Amino acid sequence: MYREYLTVSNIVGPLVIVEKIRDVAYGELVEIESGDGQLRRGTVLDVSTERAIVQVFEGTVGLDIRQSRVRFLGRTQQLGVSPEMLGRIFDGSGRPKDGGPPVIPEKKLDIQGNPINPEARDYPSEFIQTGVSAIDGMNPLVRGQKLPLFSGSGLPHARLAAQIARQATVLGKEEKFAVVFAAMGITFEEAHFFINDFRRTGALERAVLFLNLANEPPIERIATPRLALTCAEYLAFDLEMHVLVIMVDMTFYAEALREISAARKEIPGRRGYPGYLYTDLATIYERAGRLKGKKGSITLIPILTMPEDDKTHPIADLTGYITEGQIMLSRELHRQGIYPPIDVLPSLSRLKDKGIGEGKTRKDHADVLNQLFAAYARGKEARELALILGEAALSDLDRLYLSFSDDFEKRFVRQGEHQTRSIEETLELGWELLRGLPRQELKRIRPEFLDEFYPQEKTPS
Amino acid sequence: MSQPKVIRVAGPLVVAAGCWGARMYDMVRVGHLGLVGEIIELREDLAYIQVYEDTTGVGPGEPVVLTGQPLSVELGPGLLGSIYDGIQRPLDLIRAQGGDFVPRGIEVPALDRQKKWTFQPQVSQGDMVQEGDILGLVQETPLIAHRILVPEGVAGQVVTIKEGDFSLDEPVAKIATSQGELALKLYQVWPVRRNRRVKSRLMPDEPLITGQRVLDTLFPLAKGGTACVPGPFGSGKTVVQHQLAKWSDSQIIVFVACGERGNEVADLLLSFPELTDPYSGRPLMERTVIIANTSNMPVAAREASIYTGMTIAEYFRDMGYSVALMADSTSRWAEALREISGRMEEMPGEEGYPAYLASRVAEFYERAGKVICLGSDNREGALSVIGAVSPPGGDLSDPVVQATLKVVKVFWALDDRLANRRHFPAINWLLSYSLYVDNMKHYWEKEVAEEFAGLRQEAIKLLAEEAELLEIARLVGLESLSPRERMVLETARSIREDFLHQNAFHPVDTFSSLRQQYLMLRTIIHFHHLGLAALDKEVDLELIINLPVREAIAKMKYWQDEAELLAVYVQVETEFKKLSQKEGGSSWPEESQVITGKINDEGEADVS
Repeated sequence: MYREYLTVSNIVGPLVIVEKIRDVAYGELVEIESGDGQLRRGTVLDVSTERAIVQVFEGTVGLDIRQSRVRFLGRTQQLGVSPEMLGRIFDGSGRPKDGGPPVIPEKKLDIQGNPINPEARDYPSEFIQTGVSAIDGMNPLVRGQKLPLFSGSGLPHARLAAQIARQATVLGKEEKFAVVFAAMGITFEEAHFFINDFRRTGALERAVLFLNLANEPPIERIATPRLALTCAEYLAFDLEMHVLVIMVDMTFYAEALREISAARKEIPGRRGYPGYLYTDLATIYERAGRLKGKKGSITLIPILTMPEDDKTHPIADLTGYITEGQIMLSRELHRQGIYPPIDVLPSLSRLKDKGIGEGKTRKDHADVLNQLFAAYARGKEARELALILGEAALSDLDRLYLSFSDDFEKRFVRQGEHQTRSIEETLELGWELLRGLPRQELKRIRPEFLDEFYPQEKTPS
Repeated sequence: MSQPKVIRVAGPLVVAAGCWGARMYDMVRVGHLGLVGEIIELREDLAYIQVYEDTTGVGPGEPVVLTGQPLSVELGPGLLGSIYDGIQRPLDLIRAQGGDFVPRGIEVPALDRQKKWTFQPQVSQGDMVQEGDILGLVQETPLIAHRILVPEGVAGQVVTIKEGDFSLDEPVAKIATSQGELALKLYQVWPVRRNRRVKSRLMPDEPLITGQRVLDTLFPLAKGGTACVPGPFGSGKTVVQHQLAKWSDSQIIVFVACGERGNEVADLLLSFPELTDPYSGRPLMERTVIIANTSNMPVAAREASIYTGMTIAEYFRDMGYSVALMADSTSRWAEALREISGRMEEMPGEEGYPAYLASRVAEFYERAGKVICLGSDNREGALSVIGAVSPPGGDLSDPVVQATLKVVKVFWALDDRLANRRHFPAINWLLSYSLYVDNMKHYWEKEVAEEFAGLRQEAIKLLAEEAELLEIARLVGLESLSPRERMVLETARSIREDFLHQNAFHPVDTFSSLRQQYLMLRTIIHFHHLGLAALDKEVDLELIINLPVREAIAKMKYWQDEAELLAVYVQVETEFKKLSQKEGGSSWPEESQVITGKINDEGEADVS
C-alpha cells in the first residue's frame, strides 16, 4: 500500500506543501483525503528531500492542515482509453459525467504524452472543406493543422466552432472521423449549446466531451486539455481516425496556470503569466499533427477570447507563435450582422499552400485567394479614405474597390449557420466578385487563369 | 567519495548533492533513466543541473553521474544531411529506437561509427603540420569535400598517414608532437560553449546572394555578416528564412529550428531532401545540417540547440567554406534562458529575462564573421548568421530585440500590415536597414553594373518620397498632387508591386539573380525618368501610366531569359518615343535610336 502522510505544513491557494516525505518523484499523482473523507487529486510540482509541493486539481477549499491525509500514488496522471469513449461525456478530470458506467480501459496512457519526433511527422497537406467560404477560400484548414479561433466576449465563436465540427469533410473521401471536445471554464449554457448541437446533428456518437465548467475547480483545467489530447492521440494513432479537437476557452486555461504560478510566488512574465507559458501551451498545441505511415490525424481548433479584443495579449500572442495561423473574429463585422464575422485580413492559415491547388481544391485557388486579399485590403483602405474625405473624393477605381469590399463582406464572408458551400462554389463566388474589377487590376492572378475564368460569359449559378 | 544524489526536482531544474569536483557546464546523467543534463551553478557540493529531457518521475535520492566532460558535439564526416535534436542526437536514430514519440534517456551516437569514409591524404609522411592544417579530404557528399583538420593545439611532424576507407574510430594519421606521438581520427570533439579559434578576422565585403530582390538589392547582407529578422506572427518570417536556406549562395547551411512549430520543422525535413541546390543541381541536403528542437521538446535542450548549431557551423567555416547559420527563433532561446533563470530564482532583469541576456546575445552573434582560418594556407572562411526574433505583440522594444539590434548590422523588418495586404516578402522598406551597403559597392561595380548602387539609392528615395506623398494625399486628396508627384507614386508602386513583391512559391519568381534584379530595376527607373521627361513635354500622365509596357514590366519577375528582359527596356523607349511623336511630334533623345530600330516593326498598333 501507499505510505500515507499527515504532514501537510502549508496550504497556499491551490498548493499544498507536504513535509518529511520519502521516495516521491516529480510529476507524481497525489491523492488527498480531507477530514470529511472527501478525496481530491493533485500532482507534484516541486520535490526536495524534505518536502513536496502539490498542486490540487479540485482546489483546496475545505482542506485543513491537521487532518488531511496525503498519498503519493507512484505514477503520473493517466487516462484509461477505449473505443467505448465515443459518444460519452466526461468531467474535467476524465470521470463520466453523463450518468453512464465507467469506461473499461483498453490501455492507460500518461496524459502528459511525449513530444512527437519531428522526423516522424508528416506534413499536413489534405484540405479540409469546412463549408465556410471565409475559411475554405481565404484561410484553408488542412488535416493535422492547429488553427485557433481568436475571438472576443460576445462573439459567436461557439456557433462557428460547432458549424465547423458539423460540416468538416475531406473532399472525395469517406473516412473514420471523430470530434474531441474540451471545455475549460465555459458556462453551463455554452456547454449545453455544444452538447445539444452535437446531439441534434448526430455528431455526439462520434464525439468525446471533456467538460470543466465555470463553477468547477480552475486547477482541474490544467489537466482537461491534456486528457482530451491523450484521448485524441489514441483515436487518431491507434484507431486510425481523423480527429478534430476543439478546445474552448484557452484563456481560462492560461488563467488557471497563472493562479498556480502566483501561488508558488514565481517570477511573473508579461501580465503576470508565468515565464513558461509558451512552453506550456506548446506542449498542448504541438500534440496536433500527422505521423508518417499512420492513417489518422489530429486537427486542433483552440478557441480563445482575447481580453478587450487585444491580440497582443500574451495568450493570443504566444498562441499565434505556436499555432499555424489564426482565424480572427471581428466585432465590427458582428455589429453589422454578418455571420460568420471572420475578418480575413488578419486571419491566416500558414499551411494552406500545401493544401490547395490542382488535385486538392482547384488550380486557381492560390491566385484567387491572393487577389481577393489584395482587393479587399485595397477596398478597406478606400473605405477609410471615404470616411475622411467623403466618397466623392475617391477615384473611379477606388470606388470600384469600395463596392468590391462591401460585396465581399456581404456575399462572400456572410453565409448561413447551416449553409455548406463547396470549395467550387466558394471560388466561383470569388470570381464573380473579381469580375467587377478591371482585368489589368488582377495582378496576382496568372494570365492563363484569367483567360479561363475571368470572361463574363461564365454566369454564376 | 559518495555518489552524487538528486535532492530536488522542479521542472527542468534538478539539484544534486555530493558533487564535489564537478565543474561548471559539465554534462551529467540524472536519475535511473540517465537523463542528459548540464551543470549551470555550483554551491559547495550542490550542483544545479538543467536537464534536457522531461523530468517527470525523477525524485530525490536518485543517482547522478558526473561525466567530467562539458556538453560537446562531435565534428566529422556524417554531419551533412543529418537532422539532430538540440544536443546533437540524430532524430532518425531516435525514431528507429524509440518510435514516433521522443522517449527519455535515449543514447545514440551523433556520428555513424560503422560507416567507412574514403580518406585522401593531403600531406605526406615527414611533413610538418600545425593546428588547422588540412590533413586530407573525405568526399562526404558529391557537393562537399570534408576537410579533415589538424585539431587545435596540435603541431608536429607526420609520422604515418594512411589512404583508404576508414570508420570514424580508426586512426588515419600519427603526428609526432612535442608531447609525444598522437593518433588522429576523422572526427574531433568540441565543447559547444567555446568559440573555435581563428587566425584573424576580416571585414565582410562580399554580398551573400539570396535571390530575394528586397534583400539583395535594398538591404544586402555580407558574407560573414549578421542579420536580424523580427516579425510579429503571421508576417511570413519563417518563409523568408526557408527561402534563405534554399537559395543563399553559402556552401554550407546550418538551420537551427529552435522552439518552433513541429509541422514547420516537418515541412523543412520533408522539403529539404526534395530541393535541389540551384547552383549545382544536387539535393540541398548534401550541404545542410539541421538542428530541430520544436517548442514542445524540453526547454533546456532548446537553450543548448543554438550553441550546437553554431559550433557545427564554425567547424565548416574552419575548413574554408562560406557557411550560413539560421536560427529561428532566438526569442525562443531567450525564453528558455528566462525559464531556467526563473527556476533558479535569479534576480530578473527586464521583462523577467536574466540580467545576462544582452551579453549572451552579443556573444552568440560575435561568433559570426569573415575570417582567416587556422592553418598554414591562410584560407578564408565566412560564417553569416541570420537570427529571427519573435517579439511579443510585434513590439520592437522587447529586450531580446533590443539586445540583438545592438550587435547585428542588418535589420530586415517584417511587417504584418504588409503581410495582410499579401505583400511578400513582407519586409518593410522604410524600417529595414543594412550597414553593409558601403562595403558592397565595390563588389556591385565589378560584378553587377556601375550604376547599380545609384539605381538602388534612387529606388529607396522614391519609396521614401512615396510615404511622404501618401501622407499628404491622405490629408488633402490625391487630386491636389502635381503630375510629377503622381508619377513618383506610380513608380514607387511599380517598385513595390513589380520589383519588391516576390512569390516564394512561384517556380521562377522564387529566385531572382542579381543580373535579373538589376535589369528589372533599371527598366522601372528608366520608365520613371522617361515618364518625367514626357511630363515636362506636357504629355498627359494618364497616357504614361497606361502604356502597355507596364504590363510587361509587371511580368519581368517571371522571366529569366536575358533577351526577354532586355526587350522590355527597349519597349519602354519605343513606347515613349511614340507617345511623344503622337503628342507633339518632337524628336526623342538620341541615346535610344540605335536599339529601337530592332523592334520597330512590332507593336505598332497597340499604343493606347
